[in-house]
Amino acid sequence: MSEPLPMNLPSVAVGVPPAVESGVSPGGPPGSVTVRTEPAPTIRSSVDLAAAIRAHALRMVTRAKASHVAGALSMADLLAVLYSGVLRHRPDQPDWPDRDRFLLSKGHSCTAVYATLALRGFFPESELATYGQDGSRLMAHISHKVPGVEFSTGSLGHGLPFGLGKALAAQRDRKPWRVFTLLSDGELDEGSNWEAILLAPQHRLDNLVALVDYNKIQSLGSVAEVAELHPLADKFRAFRWAVREVAGHDHNAIRDALETVPWEPGRPSCLIAHTTKGRGVDFMQDQLAWHYKSPSPAQLADALRQLGCPD
Amino acid sequence: MRTAFIQELIRQARTHPRIFLVVGDLGYSVVEPFASEFPDRFLNAGVAEQNMTSLAAGLASEGWHVFTYSIANFPTLRCLEQIRNDVCYHRLPVTVVAVGAGLAYGNLGFSHHGIHDIAALRPLPNLTLLSPADPGEAAEAVQWLAENPGPSYLRLGKAGEKTLHTVQGSSLGPIRVSKPASAGPASIAFAATGSVLSVALEAAERLAAQGQPVTVFSCSRLKPADREAFAELWKYPRIVTFEEHVLAGGFGSLLRELAPDGIRMRSLIVPETLTSVVGSQEYLRTQAGLTVDAAIRALESFSASPTTR
Ligand SMILES: Cc1ncc(C[n+]2csc(CCOP(=O)(O)OP(=O)(O)O)c2C)c(N)n1
Ligand SMILES: [Mg+2]
Repeated sequence: MSEPLPMNLPSVAVGVPPAVESGVSPGGPPGSVTVRTEPAPTIRSSVDLAAAIRAHALRMVTRAKASHVAGALSMADLLAVLYSGVLRHRPDQPDWPDRDRFLLSKGHSCTAVYATLALRGFFPESELATYGQDGSRLMAHISHKVPGVEFSTGSLGHGLPFGLGKALAAQRDRKPWRVFTLLSDGELDEGSNWEAILLAPQHRLDNLVALVDYNKIQSLGSVAEVAELHPLADKFRAFRWAVREVAGHDHNAIRDALETVPWEPGRPSCLIAHTTKGRGVDFMQDQLAWHYKSPSPAQLADALRQLGCPD
Repeated sequence: MRTAFIQELIRQARTHPRIFLVVGDLGYSVVEPFASEFPDRFLNAGVAEQNMTSLAAGLASEGWHVFTYSIANFPTLRCLEQIRNDVCYHRLPVTVVAVGAGLAYGNLGFSHHGIHDIAALRPLPNLTLLSPADPGEAAEAVQWLAENPGPSYLRLGKAGEKTLHTVQGSSLGPIRVSKPASAGPASIAFAATGSVLSVALEAAERLAAQGQPVTVFSCSRLKPADREAFAELWKYPRIVTFEEHVLAGGFGSLLRELAPDGIRMRSLIVPETLTSVVGSQEYLRTQAGLTVDAAIRALESFSASPTTR
């Protein structure tokens, strides 16, 4: 591990050269994927962090021949900002009682969260190489057996109702911490979410934040083809939430929104992040197939080069 | 198995005009041929299994035979009450199809381990529960269901399972001999449900080579099931069962409920505690003790403790 990252990172580093790869990859057998165990490239901003998260997620799915990389790429910027000063947390004390609770409801995109937590120092980056492998605790849907993970998901539509319960606990116990739940758009098909969306304002849970990774693609088609959500912001508003919409890859916009929650006292907050599924890798962007496909070693190399993080 | 399933469903839909397929935003590169051949008999209900199941029941109440399709626990446990009340109680022709039952999606983690479905569904009234072992049995099950629409559950593996034996026609019974004992008469039977039959066959093979005859049964219909239905099996005083499911309420548990006095059983199952790590189906079978070695040890334990069951 390199130096622990400072808790607060600016969106864009000021007055420093772009991050360069300092690690050297050990050579593996032909066709194998080498996973870097050398120190991470210098991360000076949340934008650097997002690139490192994407690079790790890509390496992990490639190595494990796993699916779901595009949804990890689409939410990397949200995670990078959350973990660059928005969330109150202590990597060396994952169960610090006053931490903010972060819940990943779209558990299939766990690679990005595992990468974030490792980069933040919750566990060694080298463990990421075990993702999805026999005997690993890094399950291919997010697992609470991993340090820094609050809640296992994988079945969609559980994160927000669970988050509501946590937010209620904080309210009843008069605790200062907040709950941030990250949802997918396809997941909003589930009635369980709307039951929670209905109930949260009823109890004035302004300590609850829902972030929607609105990438407009789900499993078997686009959101517009399957069950159109538009106008999504109006739906949340009609259910008495405070709502903001942001460009989901714009770190300053995300940060400005998240740093100022709750936006209206007594109301839960919903941040609708307009994102691109597969963001950052041109051949994955907006492609349904990349919900399923796993990159070949050549595609991985291409993707890492595009992210400025070559192995 | 899912390829055999969809191909057979398309075949049956050509002659059964009331077959309808509803998917829960799943089936990429599987269900498209059905959707394009029968666009008016296909619906993607979205990631919303409770709605999917109740709307299937509604369609069924107007004369459609509806297949709902999703993976692992989503079409079963997520909407268990919809299956119980809307489908089973009203005795409506809805076939719930789960792909990736058992440990097929091993490395996707606990949420995707389909190891409680038999226990959850077996007590429901009017339900037929089919758990095929290989692509042939899966196709046979679909044929049978098309001819006999009713509340039903089809428990499938994923893709690429090997053909384990020849299946002819839709002569669906609760059990079939998958491999007769090498030199009869055998006093030991292996009984398996689902794709883990392959382990039972391999173990029997190894035992045959050691001069120990074992008859292997594949049990693809777990409900309706009564003592009579398994009469063939009760000819064997010692039975080892195989399933990718927990013991409680599963296949081994079913046979224990039905077995006449005096039959002794061992069950290879998935322990309830197998939840902290991931791995391939192969790996998790090893962790669970669903292996050839474990089967042979189970046999040895019969002689070690003659009175326990
Ligand atoms: C209850 C449930 N039903 C079905 C699935 C299978 N599944 C996994 S991801 C997914 C949808 C993917 O689209 P989306 O939810 O929008 O995620 P993202 O685009 O962010 O990857 C589905 C249907 C599931 N995980 N849980
Ligand atoms: Mg989506």
